[in-house]
Amino acid sequence: MSAPKPVVGNRPVAICSFAQSPSLRRVDQANEVEMLMPVIAEVFAKANMTKDDMGFICSGSTDYLIGGPFSFVMALDAVGVWPPKSESHVEMDAAWALYEAWVQLQEGVIDTALVYGFGKSSLGDLSRVLAMQLDPYTMGPLWPDQVSLAALQARALLDRGLSTEQEFAEIAARSRHDALKNPNAQVRNEIPVAELLEEAYAVSPLRRHTLPPLSDAAAAVILVAGDRAYDVVDRPAWITGIDHRVETHAFGARDLAVSTSTAMAAKIAGVGNGPVDIAELHGPFAPQEVIVRQAIGLDDSVTINPSGGPLAANPMMAAGLIRMGEAASRIWDGSATRAVAHATSGPLLQQNLVCVLEGES
Amino acid sequence: MTERCAVIGIGQTYHKAKREDVSIAGLVREAARAALDDAGMDWGDIDAVVVGKAPDMFEGIMMPELYLASALGAVGKPMLRVHTAGSVGGSTAIVAAHLVQSGIHKRVLTVAFEKQSDSDAMWALSVPRPFSAPLLAGAGGYFAPIIRAYMHRSGAPNDVGMKVAVKDRLQALKNPYAHLHLPDISLKMVEESIMLWDPLHYLESCPSSDGAAAMVIASEDVAESTSKVTGRPPAWVHGTAMRSEPTMFAGRNQVNPQAGRDCAKDVYAQAGITNPRQQLDCAEVYVPFSWYEPMWLENLGFCDEGDGWKLTESGATALDGGDIPWNCSGGVLSSNPIGASGMLRFLEAALQVRNMAGEHQVEGASRALGHAYGGGSQFFSMWVVGSDKR
Repeated sequence: MSAPKPVVGNRPVAICSFAQSPSLRRVDQANEVEMLMPVIAEVFAKANMTKDDMGFICSGSTDYLIGGPFSFVMALDAVGVWPPKSESHVEMDAAWALYEAWVQLQEGVIDTALVYGFGKSSLGDLSRVLAMQLDPYTMGPLWPDQVSLAALQARALLDRGLSTEQEFAEIAARSRHDALKNPNAQVRNEIPVAELLEEAYAVSPLRRHTLPPLSDAAAAVILVAGDRAYDVVDRPAWITGIDHRVETHAFGARDLAVSTSTAMAAKIAGVGNGPVDIAELHGPFAPQEVIVRQAIGLDDSVTINPSGGPLAANPMMAAGLIRMGEAASRIWDGSATRAVAHATSGPLLQQNLVCVLEGES
Repeated sequence: MTERCAVIGIGQTYHKAKREDVSIAGLVREAARAALDDAGMDWGDIDAVVVGKAPDMFEGIMMPELYLASALGAVGKPMLRVHTAGSVGGSTAIVAAHLVQSGIHKRVLTVAFEKQSDSDAMWALSVPRPFSAPLLAGAGGYFAPIIRAYMHRSGAPNDVGMKVAVKDRLQALKNPYAHLHLPDISLKMVEESIMLWDPLHYLESCPSSDGAAAMVIASEDVAESTSKVTGRPPAWVHGTAMRSEPTMFAGRNQVNPQAGRDCAKDVYAQAGITNPRQQLDCAEVYVPFSWYEPMWLENLGFCDEGDGWKLTESGATALDGGDIPWNCSGGVLSSNPIGASGMLRFLEAALQVRNMAGEHQVEGASRALGHAYGGGSQFFSMWVVGSDKR
């Protein structure tokens, strides 16, 4: 057994353990620490490891969901960093925390890292909260809600003839269907596309089924470098390529129907170097899946979002990391040999991360 | 393999209570542009951008780095946003250093900022939260009882904090970028300023500042080749470390936190330092409230526990005549754009070993410590930089 040689970085690093809490519309019996604790316990138990085995800890979250400063400080109590640990935090989806940990693992000083992310959208009005993410001088004061912005993007896609409302509905129906097999998913049912297309518009051209659910959840993964990965899992999900890119924040300066940052990251991560079995894509709105899929260059043979994807569960700050955990799970169970995971951050796919995971064939 | 890396470009803003002449984008660009100029580079030469700042509520913008992507030349590049409370400026520099040390990138721009005048940090720190102890009076209110505990344990006389306040403000007079320039500063002036959080007088506290800090961190080959062109020396990174511990638990030593001691031990081991007072030429240490100088002198191993105040009192930490000058730039007590404050410590340490600190230069400095802490003195980040490779 030997790890495939990575195309980015020098040292093979694998996702070896993954846990998540069920995505729920409202977790009101647990705060962030309490929501995280069972997830952290599970990710360690699955790896037969403890916090003392971790060389580094990195998390992703945002203060604006909780409406107060330092939400990550409190969350760290879910790990219990005593004696003190080497630890860091990104104000981004935890997929980028995984990236930060992966970078450190490249140096060969440490072999293991815990990565986690969490978010409770139920604490506020997410559409108004996310409006505070926009350019504070020119856009924020207009308080555009995220569904209206996503509708602009969907309209750009339709106007260019790159997709159809029918395709949006098919994506939603497929996501809900696949989510029936995922106990952690939130929106899970069998519903004909024709029925979805009878729904009224939330914001034209987006019908309700094209919108991600509002979710509360947490997720965690353990990264292990080199041959130690085989001590944890029989078939490690090796990160053979990973990259992320950002675009301008100014919507008017971007072609909203394409994602150049995703395409760049996918190219650098080496997606096209081999066949892809499955992909977990983080396009929270149905039209965004079309854009991301096209940008990465995935053909019809690739199974998209077998977990149900973000249309079935979309916990802020964790949904990107969950894509990576779900893709790794397909490597572990042998249903995929080469998988792609994608994460997005910021309004209208402004920032994107693409990761290629491989198992030995 | 940990690859060598070095600081080859440094920039900072003129820190002020209100920088009403610039937007947030203008503020960060001012520092970033200066760092690029120092490195002899332009925006297009940079491989990746790492941004840091303290809580987003300090400006009232969620993840402001997204809107700053264009202003920082990050479009089409990887951009990371770090947030580790008050230590963030240091942690951000460390994340940037790792991007080079790992061999992933060769030229990384790192920027940290705070524009406190856009919002109200005291308010942002005081949002009530169910089942959590309120900070109410801000950071000073949190740290004052810990300072009291230090005074009680060490038997330090009451005026040690005031001496630090005077020393750092006198040193700030030699730093054109410092926010506070108080030419008349004296012990009497500090003592007569109002008592904010007993034992901390108004003048023993850091100001609220608008400001930004930036560095270009490069690989060994790039550092050597650009240095030949610019004629300015690199500051080589000899070690970096971060440590965290929980905010509260029974028996936690908040006066002399274990995480700080562990972090120092780690960074010294990487840099080959066994006696920091002897082997370091100067240090830029996060001292937002005067008494944290003697407390951190002990925590960072510059003296035995209980002796920190004696070092301060003897003048050992003064730029003028001290053997181990601390905060020659004036430190956090003279400029506190919170998210940038840690990076300013890291950057000032690098300036010293490049012999580019101007009037507040420690003569012949070749090895320096940069330090930052945050949260309830529970998050630590440190680096040691030197004029020679290690």
